Amino acid sequence: MNDSFKGGPLTRLIMNDQAGRRLLGVLLAISILVPLSNLLMPEGSILHVSTFTMTLLGKYLCYALLAVAVDLIWGYCGILSLGHGAFFALGGYAMGMYLMRQIGDRGVYANPELPDFMVFLNWTELPWYWYGFDQFWFAMVMVLAAPGILAFVFGALAFRSRVTGVYLSIITQALTYALLLAFFRNDMGFGGNNGLTDFKDILGFDLQADTTRAALFFSSGLALMMGYLISRYIVTSKLGRVLVAIRDSESRARFMGYRVEHYKLFVFVVSAMLAGVAGALYVPQVGIINPGEFSPINSIEIIIWVAVGGRGTLFGAVIGAILVNYAKTYFTGAFAELWLFLLGGLFVLTTLYLPKGVVGLWAQIKGKMGGPGSGSGSEKAEGQA
Amino acid sequence: MSIQAKHIEQPTVLYLNGVSVSFDGFKALNSLSLYIAPGEMRAIIGPNGAGKTTMMDVITGKTKPDEGTILFKDEIDLTKYDEAAVANLGVGRKFQKPSVIESLTVFENLEMSLKGGRSVWAALNHRLTAEKKAKIDEILTMIDMTGRAHDMAGSLSHGQKQWLEIGMLLGQEPQLLLIDEPAAGMTDEETMKTAELFKMLAKKHSLMVVEHDMDFIEALDCKVTVLCEGSVLAEGSLAAVKANQKVIETYLGR
Ligand SMILES: Nc1ncnc2c1ncn2[C@@H]1O[C@H](COP(=O)(O)OP(=O)(O)O)[C@@H](O)[C@H]1O
Ligand SMILES: [Mg+2]
Repeated sequence: MNDSFKGGPLTRLIMNDQAGRRLLGVLLAISILVPLSNLLMPEGSILHVSTFTMTLLGKYLCYALLAVAVDLIWGYCGILSLGHGAFFALGGYAMGMYLMRQIGDRGVYANPELPDFMVFLNWTELPWYWYGFDQFWFAMVMVLAAPGILAFVFGALAFRSRVTGVYLSIITQALTYALLLAFFRNDMGFGGNNGLTDFKDILGFDLQADTTRAALFFSSGLALMMGYLISRYIVTSKLGRVLVAIRDSESRARFMGYRVEHYKLFVFVVSAMLAGVAGALYVPQVGIINPGEFSPINSIEIIIWVAVGGRGTLFGAVIGAILVNYAKTYFTGAFAELWLFLLGGLFVLTTLYLPKGVVGLWAQIKGKMGGPGSGSGSEKAEGQA
Repeated sequence: MSIQAKHIEQPTVLYLNGVSVSFDGFKALNSLSLYIAPGEMRAIIGPNGAGKTTMMDVITGKTKPDEGTILFKDEIDLTKYDEAAVANLGVGRKFQKPSVIESLTVFENLEMSLKGGRSVWAALNHRLTAEKKAKIDEILTMIDMTGRAHDMAGSLSHGQKQWLEIGMLLGQEPQLLLIDEPAAGMTDEETMKTAELFKMLAKKHSLMVVEHDMDFIEALDCKVTVLCEGSVLAEGSLAAVKANQKVIETYLGR
């Protein structure tokens, strides 16, 4: 039954995780086959994946990584962040700033230094916080650092003052809402309500080219796999069990001598960075980042993805994010105004009837059929309270 | 709060002098003084609301006292530390309500309790060594749960959870154990087994046991302190305490 203490890190990462192995296998196949079919198959062929579809799937992969980040803190440590969209958006803005500077003098105003919106505002020089973003490596550091530092400062304050439960959820909503308002302002220097857009290329490659799109898709798949493995490494270590202890009985963890605030802070920062990476890969694929990404409803949607997929399993988060977003794409096409109601209804139904999400339902069905291997250790929905 | 010099000569593992705590003006502890010698086992009895749990809260850093001195091993001022720090200094605590980590196995609960490796980094790089495994097996034997090592702690009976939590205290290797109502919800047989276990532990640790069950206290066969309204009402052998007129009036008589 219990494998978590057997074997070294590689064993516990891959060998003891049947569901995860399958997930990684599928992700790897998709990450390779979708770009290949887009680039190599002739357009009329049924094996051809259009660039539109590939970009859409790439978006789902970014959302899935975001969901894994949220599951890491919510599913395993009980931190219900309703502001994780903020970290996603910050990663997105860091990437967006790089892409803006890549435009160079090809903007409408042909200013080699300043993005169009700054010229439009009659600014004459680049604000200091835009320095360095012409360098790809610097932008990539900021993709991790901007969400990471915000999460560190916010988490250090909140966790040290022992803000938990609903109160924590409320202040995370306030955080993302405050950022929404701030980024809307033109004088913040992030393009105001239009955000950053009209990107031309990335690392010198044309963003409209299929090859670039294919590479971005592959990178998203790779990032999701890495994010899953990093999270899995954390939750299968003793650190992961301390997180579960904090989730189930915070005071017990404290009286055992664990500094709860340090553990929460660590996992919160890791999660924020994963969200930042997801945002950074999302922006070049959708071609825009604007303050709307900070809106509180976005962060709540992430929670629904995770709840629908199955909290505290990591792979459930991936499944939930993809399922809900697929449904969203379908419904917003068919009857857009109903989507929010459907989403709300879905959440209520999941909470009431599927507390362990789709993944839990699947395990139940398998258990009922009584097939060999049903309910085996690796299928154990870890940390279900 | 300045450390006051101890006013008694003997070495103590726990020294409380003039400790007061009030909640909205209500004095839960009222100038409480109590001393526990190294290796001593002490039973604490008293009516509900006497302040027994609050006393454990102030010792373990959960609640800060308004005034008074709390020393561990004669020199460490416990009022300066928080829960995690007090635990790491060597004070283990068992809660009134059993609190084990229900979605981890018995084994994992014990593994997590083992002394050392409390930092985030150490936890991330933790390996289960043969030495640690042996220690866990030893505790499993002591709390009679070898057969259930890989069951979820949530699936245990109430009494077994109490035992697991005691096992987790042992894993921490504390010098002083504070145990709040261990026999609550146990069968008579389990209660007597628990008393035996504590007597065995008292050879190596100092124990402070809060309990209502008089048979259990009798079986512990140790010095008894009666708390009432936040201070000590009487102290001595169980027989002496039972014969005490004040105790009969305020506690046993009811
Ligand atoms: N956090 C708190 N806030 C307010 N009152 C409290 C708090 N903790 C304990 N009390 C009060 O202090 C008194 C002592 O409680 P407690 O120490 O739990 O008693 P015991 O464990 O001896 O039954 C009770 O009257 C209780 O209501
Ligand atoms: Mg009590």
